[in-house]
Amino acid sequence: MSVSVEPTSVAPSQNHSAPANAAGAEGAEALRPHAEDAFAAELAALAAQDDRPRPARWKLSPWAVATYLLGGTLPDGTVITPKYVGPRRIVEVAVTTLATDRALLLLGVPGTAKTWVSEHLAAAVSGDSTLLVQGTAGTPEEAIRYGWNYAQLLAHGPSRDALVPGPVMRAMAQGMTARVEELTRIPADVQDTLITILSEKTLPIPELGEEVQAVRGFNLIATANDRDRGVNDLSSALRRRFNTVVLPLPETPEAEVDIVSRRVDQIGRSLDLPAVPDGIDEIRRVVTVFRELRDGVTTDGRTKLKSPSGTLSTAEAISVVTGGLALAAHFGDGVLRAGDVAAGILGAVVRDPAADRVIWQEYLETVVRERDGWKDFYRACREVSA
Amino acid sequence: MSGMSISVSPGGAGRLTGGAARGRSDDEPAGRAGEPDGMGRTEGADGADGRNEGDGVTGVDGALGRRAAAQPLLLGVRHHGPGSARAVRAALEAARPKVVLIEGPPEADALIPLAAEEGMRPPVALLAHAVDEPGRSAFWPLAEFSPEWVALRWALEHGVPTRFMDLPATHTLAWGRDDAGTDPDAEKAETSGDGRGSAGEGTAEHPAGAGSDGAGSDGAGSDGTGSPEADVRVDPLAVLAEAAGYDDPERWWEDVVEHRGPGQGDAFAPFAALEEAMGALRETYGSGGGGDRDLVREAHMRLQVRAAQREFGDGVAVVCGAWHVPALRRKAAVAADRALLKGLPKVKADMTWVPWTHRRLSRFSGYGAGIDAPGWYAHLFGVSDRPVERWLTKVAGLLREEDRIVSSAHVIEAVRLAETLAAMRGRPLPGLSETTDAVRAVMCDGSDVPLALVCDRLVVGDVLGEVPESAPAVPLQRDLARLQRRLRLKPEALERELELDLRKETDAGRSRLLHRLGLLGVGWGEPTDSRGSTGTFRETWRLRWEPELSVRVAEAGVWGTTVLSAATAKAEADAVGAQALADVTALAERCLLAELTDALPVVMRVLAERAALDADVGHLAQALPALVRSLRYGDVRGTDTGALAEVAAGLAERVFVGLPPACSALDADGAEEMRRHVDAVHTAVGLLGDTLTAGHADLRLRWHGVLRVLSGRDTVPGVIRGRAVRLLLDDGEVEQEQAARLMGLALSPGTPPPDAAAWIEGFVGGGGGMLLVHDERLLALVDAWLTGVPAAAFTDVLPLLRRTFSAYEPGVRRTLGELVRRGPGRGGGITGATAAGVPGFAADLDQERADAVLPVLRLLLGSDDVQDVDDVQDVQAAGTAAQGALGEELAGVAR
Repeated sequence: MSVSVEPTSVAPSQNHSAPANAAGAEGAEALRPHAEDAFAAELAALAAQDDRPRPARWKLSPWAVATYLLGGTLPDGTVITPKYVGPRRIVEVAVTTLATDRALLLLGVPGTAKTWVSEHLAAAVSGDSTLLVQGTAGTPEEAIRYGWNYAQLLAHGPSRDALVPGPVMRAMAQGMTARVEELTRIPADVQDTLITILSEKTLPIPELGEEVQAVRGFNLIATANDRDRGVNDLSSALRRRFNTVVLPLPETPEAEVDIVSRRVDQIGRSLDLPAVPDGIDEIRRVVTVFRELRDGVTTDGRTKLKSPSGTLSTAEAISVVTGGLALAAHFGDGVLRAGDVAAGILGAVVRDPAADRVIWQEYLETVVRERDGWKDFYRACREVSA
Repeated sequence: MSGMSISVSPGGAGRLTGGAARGRSDDEPAGRAGEPDGMGRTEGADGADGRNEGDGVTGVDGALGRRAAAQPLLLGVRHHGPGSARAVRAALEAARPKVVLIEGPPEADALIPLAAEEGMRPPVALLAHAVDEPGRSAFWPLAEFSPEWVALRWALEHGVPTRFMDLPATHTLAWGRDDAGTDPDAEKAETSGDGRGSAGEGTAEHPAGAGSDGAGSDGAGSDGTGSPEADVRVDPLAVLAEAAGYDDPERWWEDVVEHRGPGQGDAFAPFAALEEAMGALRETYGSGGGGDRDLVREAHMRLQVRAAQREFGDGVAVVCGAWHVPALRRKAAVAADRALLKGLPKVKADMTWVPWTHRRLSRFSGYGAGIDAPGWYAHLFGVSDRPVERWLTKVAGLLREEDRIVSSAHVIEAVRLAETLAAMRGRPLPGLSETTDAVRAVMCDGSDVPLALVCDRLVVGDVLGEVPESAPAVPLQRDLARLQRRLRLKPEALERELELDLRKETDAGRSRLLHRLGLLGVGWGEPTDSRGSTGTFRETWRLRWEPELSVRVAEAGVWGTTVLSAATAKAEADAVGAQALADVTALAERCLLAELTDALPVVMRVLAERAALDADVGHLAQALPALVRSLRYGDVRGTDTGALAEVAAGLAERVFVGLPPACSALDADGAEEMRRHVDAVHTAVGLLGDTLTAGHADLRLRWHGVLRVLSGRDTVPGVIRGRAVRLLLDDGEVEQEQAARLMGLALSPGTPPPDAAAWIEGFVGGGGGMLLVHDERLLALVDAWLTGVPAAAFTDVLPLLRRTFSAYEPGVRRTLGELVRRGPGRGGGITGATAAGVPGFAADLDQERADAVLPVLRLLLGSDDVQDVDDVQDVQAAGTAAQGALGEELAGVAR
């Protein structure tokens, strides 16, 4: 499920209106165009044929938004590529949430396409995915509310002209979808700024004695990392304003192998790694190991396992394989072998030196050792674990 | 989408007819609800029923008009469908029939009045079983929201006569037998086959009723699902749903039939529409999967309807699976129907009511009455209005009870989300999948964990039915009585003791019976220690039959219809519910004792899972010996213990991996406990090594590796290190030289004295005295260390040392004392002990006298060992041992 196919790098030829700050770079391709630019044609086709009711200021109806994310074929034959490969339920709940006045919180371990889904949702709903607040430990309140143009402020005193609206404030004023990335990284007091915005739908500006009221169509999509819960856990008051959707990891091994090999291929090309043939078996093995440890059960469903503390996400599998490829290409014989990925896997699995090491060894001894055709892998892992 | 959605499957309709369900189910996308057969777990419902209903929807033109004056009122339903139930009640109210015929075994007619009794509370099930073979049985479960139950209650409340009109269980049970080839043993294996065959009936016979749900459910489910034909068969419901634009037939059924609010418009219209659709379906697809049996059943039903019409005129109402409606409407020659019913096999059948549970109504439990969400349906049936709001309020209440903060605002938001979702998905009303999605997103923070609770407690529910005490006895009681007669074991109130010799067939049977009853909570016999013999082939029981045990037997009836199947089912359920690893191992042992071979795989699987997830090596180490014991005991009884051996080996592997890290940073008590675990594992591995097959041949080798790691790791407490060296020494894995070196290291001046004392305790504790007596080097090391302990530390180590040495035999202590007094280390080496001599003995062996002992030694050790004994060293060692032993004895006498 999770992961999106990443078409990002695939669509360089689509027209993208150069953002203002890219001035001068006429004709230069953005490294990564925004979703609404990359898929402008699909969005236009959907809008043209969408006859269902649209909520206020939505560019598309909820049905069309769901189709945009999940893919499909329109009546006129236009093919909409799937942006998100995963359970339909998830997308439906997410889109429906945006259609009510509740905010949407996307949770998931790293690498489950949270940001990706949020960007495409915003692009499809509001036609603009750029009203974005990136959450960090240092995100100040101003980033969420508004800042000041201090030259103006000093020269003319507080006025609307001196005010520099933040993305959320702009979204409120225009009835658009705002996005907050990594919500749980933001310090708790700054997070709570959102409470008024989400419950009262207003943003007071005490300096001017004014307020900005959200226009119909405003909503907010936040993403947060499951594993970081507790870093700056959401207060229950804030949490209550969100409908939560958890983005799962890929459901089937095939889907995950597919995602990993595709991404590895893309990354390998962008890093100019020499092409390594026949890595697919090793990729399959890495994915199998990750899935088994993550799910706590072997693929044949017969043996339960303990799960280590690491997330073992698809994204990590990708980096293990990429690392292995680099090893094989630069120091090995060019073929991805068990030894090339063993060290990477060990690093990904054993995050807690005591508990995880036991789990890993148990896995090696009880599962890997007896599996047919895994002898080389077992030996390689024993070597690096020793 | 959500797998959860529960929908009812339409199939369920025919409870009785189970066939319906089956048909449907096949089609369904996998996870969905299932099967429909609602009814019968056992019976395979005939596929047909389910189907029927579905159809109805499409063709809603319904006119009641069709019903000609003399026609009976045919109410086609979906078994366990709350919408159907509501419609049936409305139709009965409107029509006021003079008699109500219900699809179900006519043998149960006599039991109908019980349904009106105070003590009767659904869910309950009609249970039919062959009198002389209680394992052959079939269930017709009824929930409060089952249309059949509603019709039954309506008739009883209005004093209208009621009859069951399906083919008698006497035949349907016999059908099952034929299929199974009359071999009772084959029942289980064959069940699914039977089920399919007889599906219509509901008869599945599995022994299962009892026991393994699996079996039972197969009956039902299998019709649809398992068989190859099933794949071929078209699911009419899916066809109808697809025509209506639904990708999921279950949901379509829900939208069109189940979610209709109460009483709008004509009470008969939905039935007419259903009938028409079913008629069209049957025309297109033939009579579906029920095959001949469906035809026979329908012939019987037609005859019954006709008889009722003769008696009551046109005031006849019929409640049956919708699939059968067109067949009942059809005019058929009486003679032809009679001919169909000729020569059916018969078996003597008996019926009773048994309590049922929502859990068993749901497919989750495997009994497969056919619906996934009995709790949701009961809710839909029970509430007067605003089902979604009330449901979400209920969910919020449950979550609050479990200390999750859920406010009214959450409920409001969840309702809004569910409704918007329903609109987005194009459904008229939020169904279970919408409400579940809303609960997950709003109340559970997107997590499936609290949601699982909701599904378990509310969607399925814990409702337990009751039956009046006047209901006839359950088959389990009969089976028990039969076994008691056969084994000549009479229930007596007087306590008495029973000695069993398991080598005798009857006694072994008695032992198994008592063990099985024990598992079922029927504490008739209590095992006690055998007097006299301690052999594994003897058991002593204290027997006493208390009156309340009869009640226990009745309660245990829910587990199955025979003692064997009930005990198997109970053991499986216990295993799944067990908390601690040790509980599961104990259960495995009991299963072996009770010879529940069928339960063993489940218990083993649970055991393997628990072992895999248990992070406490102590637990694992505790579980291992019991398991190894069971393994050996299973050998004695001739049980197949292959799975057990696999699990034991796996457990041992996990212990090996986990033990070294678990042994660091322990306090004195923890270290002592861990030492006991090490001992236990050592013994277990020794025993296991004898039993295991090639795959784990190196188990002992690996254990030695673990011991070596333990002995050499400084963070491991002294007592464990010492013990590890000792165990290696005993196994001959470490030379005496090496052991002495390790001891020297452990006792070197740098080591804190308490640590060193602990090492000594581990090394020579528990009968290690002879070691010191015979290897003076070791004794010298201890002696040297002890004299070097500073005065300040001496009082610290004294208790430890005292504990170690006071456990020795007096003779050993005395010998040691004398050796020490004489001064250490004079002899040196292995022969040193001999050379050093003991007071009262010569300085060296008297060769002649020592030789005189040899014949006896050979005898003791077995002649194979003669070779070894020839070795001079060994002779000397043996002589020494004898001498030592003699010395002890003398010392003892002297004292």
